[in-house]
Amino acid sequence: MKKIRTPQELDSLRNSLVQMRDPNKPCVRVCLGTGCRARGSADVMTSFKDEIERQSLEIKVDCKQTGCHGFCERGPVIVIGPKEIFYQKVKQSDVSEIVSKTLLNGEFVDRLLYIDPITGQKALHEHEVPFYKKQTRLVLANNGQIDPTNILDYIAIGGYQALAKAITAMSCEEIIDTIEKSGLRGLGGGGFPTGRKWRSCREAHGDVKFVIGNGDEGDPGAFSDRSLMEANPHSILEGMIIGAYAIGASQGYLYVRAEYPLALKHLQTAIDQAREYGFLGNNIFSSGFDFDIKINRGGGAFVCGESSALMASIEGKMGEPRAKYIHTVERGLWNQPTDLNNVKTWANVPLIINNGADWYAKIGTEKSKGTGIFSLVGKVNNTGLVEIRMGTPLKTIIYDIGGGITRGKRFKAVQTGGPSGGCIPEELLDLTVDFEKLTEAGSMMGSGGMIVMDEDTCMVDIARYFLDFLQNESCGKCVPCREGIKRMLEIVTKITKGQAGEEDLELLQDLARMVKEFSLCGLGQTAPNTVLSTLRYFRDEYAAHIRDKKCPAGICRDLITFVILEDKCTGCGACLKLCPQQAIDAYGLIHTIDPAKCIRCGICRDACTFQAISVK
Amino acid sequence: MAERASEYNKVNEIIRSYSYEKSALIMILQEIENLCGYLPAWALKHVSEKLSVPMIQVYGVASFYDAFHLTPRGKHLVRVCLGTACYLRGSPRVLEAVEKELGIKDGETTSDRTFSLQSVHCVGACALAPVMVVGERHFDKMTPTKVRSVLKAGAG
Amino acid sequence: MVNLIIDGVQVQAEEGSTILEVARFYGINIPTLCHHDELTPYGACRLCMVEVEDGRRRRLVASCLYPVKEGIRVKTHSERVMKGRKLILELLLARCPNSKTLQDLASQTGLEQVRFKMENEDCILCGLCVRMCAEQMGSGAIGFVGRGKKREVVTPFRVASEICRNCGACMYICPVVDLQCRGVKSPGELCNSCLVITPQCLGKYDQVMCTLESCGACVQKEEK
Repeated sequence: MKKIRTPQELDSLRNSLVQMRDPNKPCVRVCLGTGCRARGSADVMTSFKDEIERQSLEIKVDCKQTGCHGFCERGPVIVIGPKEIFYQKVKQSDVSEIVSKTLLNGEFVDRLLYIDPITGQKALHEHEVPFYKKQTRLVLANNGQIDPTNILDYIAIGGYQALAKAITAMSCEEIIDTIEKSGLRGLGGGGFPTGRKWRSCREAHGDVKFVIGNGDEGDPGAFSDRSLMEANPHSILEGMIIGAYAIGASQGYLYVRAEYPLALKHLQTAIDQAREYGFLGNNIFSSGFDFDIKINRGGGAFVCGESSALMASIEGKMGEPRAKYIHTVERGLWNQPTDLNNVKTWANVPLIINNGADWYAKIGTEKSKGTGIFSLVGKVNNTGLVEIRMGTPLKTIIYDIGGGITRGKRFKAVQTGGPSGGCIPEELLDLTVDFEKLTEAGSMMGSGGMIVMDEDTCMVDIARYFLDFLQNESCGKCVPCREGIKRMLEIVTKITKGQAGEEDLELLQDLARMVKEFSLCGLGQTAPNTVLSTLRYFRDEYAAHIRDKKCPAGICRDLITFVILEDKCTGCGACLKLCPQQAIDAYGLIHTIDPAKCIRCGICRDACTFQAISVK
Repeated sequence: MAERASEYNKVNEIIRSYSYEKSALIMILQEIENLCGYLPAWALKHVSEKLSVPMIQVYGVASFYDAFHLTPRGKHLVRVCLGTACYLRGSPRVLEAVEKELGIKDGETTSDRTFSLQSVHCVGACALAPVMVVGERHFDKMTPTKVRSVLKAGAG
Repeated sequence: MVNLIIDGVQVQAEEGSTILEVARFYGINIPTLCHHDELTPYGACRLCMVEVEDGRRRRLVASCLYPVKEGIRVKTHSERVMKGRKLILELLLARCPNSKTLQDLASQTGLEQVRFKMENEDCILCGLCVRMCAEQMGSGAIGFVGRGKKREVVTPFRVASEICRNCGACMYICPVVDLQCRGVKSPGELCNSCLVITPQCLGKYDQVMCTLESCGACVQKEEK
């Protein structure tokens, strides 16, 4: 394989690829992202390959694997080009029908089309599906289009053009200027202006500089980094090479959590291929610029998403953060100037170089440019990966894209920013999503997790959940975080058990404020956010637990009673059989629960098909 | 003894494959954990020697990260996801059911070393919540009543 | 030389010094636990936090690590800082109630009651012993192991270390274990008889006016 040494060579390779590919030839694109894989999409892919081979259709039909399409709720998902026909919940047994009907005869297999649950309308093509309509997919645009294990797919759609332009036609100063003007901000959560960070790193003293791509994504419920790394790894690499060139770095690291084996595999394949073609290695685009990227696997610690802890981890140490009065751009990895950006941030760079700073700055709000990528999960109908313009209202994301609340329940809150974020209530649903607005509301952008909660969620229990998570993940170095979170958790647990008094609430607030201000790193500093935001918007729920010893949402076990409704019970006995405590007795047909034996595990309620078991 | 000798050689090979780089410590330990099922003391001492990293640092790293275990694990690793999406859909009750079924608590291994139980936070399959993983197999939409059959299927 | 203001006093400092170094040079006492002049600063106990205003914003920083900058205004004993210190000491006492050093520091902040469930540890994880062993004694026989609430200072594999020379430096430097209080009345309650200070000036100004050791003008609490 000859390396690409000039922009002209890249152009001619791309042109020949485009010419080789018949745009009218039907192509089945099967989503092999982790979500669809867990539902058997790999088998679907194998079946397509087998069927095409069996009928000798290779000349007529193509079959390709792609990364995450985003609509995980409806997986396995396939899209058939060139018409972009969208099929969802595809099973292996559907494959031969799809081949004969759709691929060979252009007919639809009705039962696989998406049907809007409210309007009943069928969507034939991907862009008609409501989930995708209101999205602005720029960074994720190619997720469902290219085979992530084949660099030629990426080149064919224009990949590495931005790199060619940046290295051969722009100065380092111009590149940094462009990123600054675009308004791109860190998408790992901090929202720090990327251009400014690059500039500080470039100006820092030191001959050896590093760039890092943060793919640690420890927030439970967030999988935007994972999807991007699996589906379009080259976009991240291209961004990092451009950044390294502008800053003057000679070595890059991709730090990816070990729990993402597919992302690791695709990134390594991408790096190997990029090296083959000369985009990584020595003398990139004949400029004299040498740069390579290594992958470091995380060992399993949420705190390693924090930049100084991540760097300690790369150095082979425990992931303990350090004070950042001297920024990591000046003294980072091995005390050298280091620029760290989230993988999503890196993926935005080629887009900005190709389309210009003005193009990017026109999208979004005054202070938050471009798009935000969110993993929309929880009690929402359309769970999946969503990309929207900054400034899109929460309501649009949750209802128009997300399809509203599952099981017809009422919206209660949406949690953004992961464990460092906060809960946003119904009255703020018109909030337009951007860095500032989310912070004002007591939450934050974070790594893009967006967890929707309904009326059956207890907000005090949610605060307890996140404190418990953070207590386990705290590195333990500083007192406020290690001891403070522990004691906040003790108090909130007391509240969920109905054992707390007013003075406990006051102590909780004092602790929250101190931990926020005195902790050493971002984990401790943001740990109190869930407590503070739930106190701000759901104080009445705390009051119910403390004063009335009741849990209005029916979650906190010590404060609820399970009751069988006489008028609904049919005496089927399903609950009695399954109760692990033998707490259910039958008096004739009517069944009752003995509250003394009941441990409120909820197995009976799950088993009852007559909704006869209720929680008080 | 023969088994130990072959593991010892493999550990050497692992360290060599990372060119004795100190920064590869975590990845080296991950591969040793994959090989031995946990991190035996002899392996940690060997890594400390070969990488010229102080023993206390190697031991500290081995104790800090979730991927590492200093005691032998069970044959089948059972992971119950307690990530936010799974939590909201009732995964703590699934965890309780597993604890009851196996007779061990979260983080422990059964006495016959067949199963190890570990709660995790987010395997990235949130649309399929609640999720449980046995070995490499994902089981979605878990409920407490499915636990027994899933454990059989995962181990079988 | 860098010019800055600490507690209303104009001072000068060498570039690269920390706020703590400068404050102590001028006799301003900022309490610390995990700090020692002969060891690298660690920034973990958070007792030394001070308020810094640099023209753009006001925030809390660890004075043992924060390098002085031209024109900053520092407050070492503002109400915000004092409240936090008091709570930090309350947390530490809940963990190690028998330490006289902790009790003394706590009494100075006016703490009278520990509101948390009491434990009975004898280590506050300040890391002085670890750094002493590694930096001054050149051994590195002990270190931090475990994460979060499992964090502790031990030897590898928790067995007698092959490189420990029994020099005793770790015990010498420990701020908490040695001086044991013998007179705890009831769990969580400080007797406060060692040090009893209630700064009157704190209520009037947002600052303790004598940041030097007690000037004696403060009121002694009456015997309970």
